[in-house]
Amino acid sequence: MWQLFHKLGSPKWFYGIATRLMPWLLVGGALLLLAGIVWGLAFAPKDYLQGNSYRIIFIHVPTAFLAQSVYIMMAVAAVVTLVWRMKLADVFVKAVAPVGLVLTFLALFTGAVWGKPTWGTWWIWDARLTSMLILLFLYGGVIALDRAINDEKSAARAVAVLVLVGVVNIPIIKYSVEWWNTLHQPATFKLTEKPSMPAEMWVPLLLSVLGLYLIFGWLACLRMQTEIIAREQRTRWVKDLVMAGRH
Amino acid sequence: MSNNPVRVHAVAEGVGVAGAMKAVFMRDMKVAFRQRQDLLNPLLFFVMVVTLFPLGVSPEVSFLREAGAGILWVAALLSVLLSLDHLFRHDFDDGTLEQLVLQPQPLFLLVLAKTLAHWMLTGLPLVILTPVLGIMVHLPGNSIGILCLTLLIGTPVLSLIGSIGAALTLGLRSAGVLLSLLIIPLYIPVLIFGTGTVAAVSEGAPVGAYLALMGAFLVLALTLAPFASASALKISMSNS
Amino acid sequence: MSEPLLQAVNLQCERDERILFRDLSFSVLPGTVTRVEGPNGSGKTTLLRILAGLNDAWSGDLYWCGEPRAGQRESFLRNMLYLGHRPGIKPLLTPMENLRALMAGRRPVSDEVLSRALEGTGLAGYQKVPCRNLSAGQQRRVALARLLIADEPLWLLDEVFTAIDADGVRAIEALLQQRAEEGGAVVVTTHHDLKLPGMQRIVLGGGQSDEQ
Repeated sequence: MWQLFHKLGSPKWFYGIATRLMPWLLVGGALLLLAGIVWGLAFAPKDYLQGNSYRIIFIHVPTAFLAQSVYIMMAVAAVVTLVWRMKLADVFVKAVAPVGLVLTFLALFTGAVWGKPTWGTWWIWDARLTSMLILLFLYGGVIALDRAINDEKSAARAVAVLVLVGVVNIPIIKYSVEWWNTLHQPATFKLTEKPSMPAEMWVPLLLSVLGLYLIFGWLACLRMQTEIIAREQRTRWVKDLVMAGRH
Repeated sequence: MSNNPVRVHAVAEGVGVAGAMKAVFMRDMKVAFRQRQDLLNPLLFFVMVVTLFPLGVSPEVSFLREAGAGILWVAALLSVLLSLDHLFRHDFDDGTLEQLVLQPQPLFLLVLAKTLAHWMLTGLPLVILTPVLGIMVHLPGNSIGILCLTLLIGTPVLSLIGSIGAALTLGLRSAGVLLSLLIIPLYIPVLIFGTGTVAAVSEGAPVGAYLALMGAFLVLALTLAPFASASALKISMSNS
Repeated sequence: MSEPLLQAVNLQCERDERILFRDLSFSVLPGTVTRVEGPNGSGKTTLLRILAGLNDAWSGDLYWCGEPRAGQRESFLRNMLYLGHRPGIKPLLTPMENLRALMAGRRPVSDEVLSRALEGTGLAGYQKVPCRNLSAGQQRRVALARLLIADEPLWLLDEVFTAIDADGVRAIEALLQQRAEEGGAVVVTTHHDLKLPGMQRIVLGGGQSDEQ
């Protein structure tokens, strides 16, 4: 058990596994995402209330969903960094934090685009959108702190503490923003929570969520590989790898 | 000095943690009162930020009455934020922080004592000043009372959460701005409930549940924040 | 007692992608003075901070009284006195207040003892003057006063002779010597040419290190 754990922590081992895994993630993810989006955009039925404009959920919901779960994944990795000091965990946090930021931004952007036909305005202080905006700030803070600390190990551990503090706060933030929202503007129309979604709608949605997860896995592997190469550039196996690549 | 053989001592042959905490607290208070003008700065900042709103938005009574609690809360939040950079910085520069970390005591409790001193020197004076500013923004009497109460519960939370940011950014370039970036998102729930409670009072709604919730925030911050700050301090220390 | 107080096994430290030292093993025995030597940037201060527990960016093993140090933080700190580059003195407080604050978390010491310790470092009459009115050397002497009342068996002293005049240097040398004779263990880094009989050396730098 411990040996496996140790092996999992070895950057070299991970590099090899990732190389083998990545084509599958990319192809599978692209197929699922494509199927979900084409189905959702072209074939799913119109919404009785919003017409065609609701179709952006096939992009908005997956990005918003993944943006939140990436932070949770980072928190798990942060615990591993602090408790077991596993190198790979902090490589993961460093590699995926910008991805999370971009996903959050995409969720906000698609939310705004959706808001225009629905509410007649680009931005509304809706509870969901506001929570996403705060999540964007949290990602921004994590990346800023990581960039500010020169020493790699200190940066990894400081970022891990910050991510954990953030993850304790996320439910509190969500709850308080929802409460604030009901206090200030009784919501007439909520962005997501569909009362009952027909299967023709949620199946393509599920497909695109799964597809985006796989694409994220591919991107995470790619970015982690890059980070590992940069960190381990002086080791034998990376030198061998680079030499092999030249031929 | 003594001719006793040097030996390894048990931890119990020392000072209890309560004594150590009191000493840390008293030292910070003493240092602050030797430099009294610095104590005034967050207060002046608080007053000035509040003044900007009538000037920048509108001096109308109806606007100020509605926005007053929010303005005061935001101003208090900003002035606590501004003072946080000093929480560990001077101690870090002169080496007393090293000696604090090396005390044979649980570090999180010493950090808690420092944070408590920070609150007494910044948050508490803001609360005391609030009634005057509340009158200036035309808040009704009962709103002012509740506002003071929410600040009294809320400002220690601001100091506690802020201590984590101060510890994480210790010794970094442009630490002040970075500290704000890290901490402001975490302040949002306290701000929401602080101003929300006052809004509920002005609508005549019962506020007991909201105050209890803010109390829960305080308890949560008291139990978790010192641990996070202490581990962040050790990390920052390791980096210097 | 000949059991080592502090024992380092295969210490390795990397800083800014440069290996400061690796495979560094040594023991700090009671009754010895150990000097850490090496050119600037060779990691003397870093090593001392690692030993003190301030820096934890290292790998290897550290033992305190024969047990892994990791599990006995407070017991280790209770018995270790560290003086760093930065003296740990608040400029706004007087020497007495500073010394009192430094001792407060460690063990109870009467004001009389503290005052005598300050006199012992040549600060008689300065006990009630704010430290910012003192010279750099005098401020360091405030920190050094702790050595005169120390009951900790292990001392880790970083650049302890900085800003100290010739008489002061001799007094500190004598103090370290006396401490070793009493059974204490001292580890120092210094650019000053410290020569004490029976002194151990740890040489850093050049990518390799060894103990003599």
